[in-house]
Amino acid sequence: MARAALSGRLTWRAGTLVEARPETPTARTLVLDVPDWPGHLPGQHVDVRLTAPDGYRAQRSYSIASAWQEGGKVELTIQRLDDGEVSPYLTDVLEVGDQIELRGPVGGWFVWREAQQHPVLLLAGGSGVVPLMAMVRARGIARAKQPFRMIYSARTPEDVLYREELPRHVRDDLGFDLFLNFTRKAPEGSPNPPKRIDVPTINTHGWPPDFTPDCYVCGPTTFVETAADILVALGHDPKRIRTERFGGTS
Amino acid sequence: MRELDGNAMAGDLREIFAFDVTVARYTCAGCGDGGAIAQLMLWGQEMGHVARCPHCEDVVMRLVHGPDRVYLDLRGAVRLELPLAGV
Repeated sequence: MARAALSGRLTWRAGTLVEARPETPTARTLVLDVPDWPGHLPGQHVDVRLTAPDGYRAQRSYSIASAWQEGGKVELTIQRLDDGEVSPYLTDVLEVGDQIELRGPVGGWFVWREAQQHPVLLLAGGSGVVPLMAMVRARGIARAKQPFRMIYSARTPEDVLYREELPRHVRDDLGFDLFLNFTRKAPEGSPNPPKRIDVPTINTHGWPPDFTPDCYVCGPTTFVETAADILVALGHDPKRIRTERFGGTS
Repeated sequence: MRELDGNAMAGDLREIFAFDVTVARYTCAGCGDGGAIAQLMLWGQEMGHVARCPHCEDVVMRLVHGPDRVYLDLRGAVRLELPLAGV
């Protein structure tokens, strides 16, 4: 009995870095080969654990960026935080062939399932785009018909993750729209000056509440709270708003 | 100090429970408000987490790691509602 109960528990496993792709000057995607990976849903995350030679351990949660396909890899996009304890190691030190400890996939709340029939609104602040990208990729692979809109707020054009891939999804995946908002510097010639995400942005580029979209909001706490408050003020049902915050100081 | 939410407790909870507790609905002992465990406001590091009600900020759940065991204090939740199959 005890053994059966224990086998249901989640344990740590080793993942091997097979490829690393730079995304921006401060972020890169780690492609990990994890033997016997059970697959994952878009929006789920993993815990990553690093152990120093003296036994000191640090653990962080990172969203999975890739959509699962049989035989596929687990991709994590890591934003380097300069005062961080874990992220600079993952962005600058870890090399192809190196191993890290992973636990997951975990989290069943901030996920999108293909069986959900409602339109989807994705609101991303900074590297909060990562789990939302997994949803966009999963929708693309499944050729799902639910219309998706993404509003992605980044500091500058240089900070945009998946800068080349996102426009490809707009072109190739019917019913996927993207609006990029910039908070510090807009691209040359853009009609939209830099600003924080606000009511007109979400009102114009989101879905009307009558469409009862499933809304996913991910980013730093201030972004998540602002965006979720705006959605509620615009008349969206709080039960259809799912949020995920990250601290951004680790 | 980091500010996260209950989503980030999924791994620690999945290590001790056979199902995903973050999808469970809690009822706060302080204010009676409820929501998914994933929505709680989370403070702390890997040695321990304090999860607070986003409505009244009372502590709903504490999870502390000892050297060989985990301590889970749920006195801030009067009720947990768990889906039996799927979500």
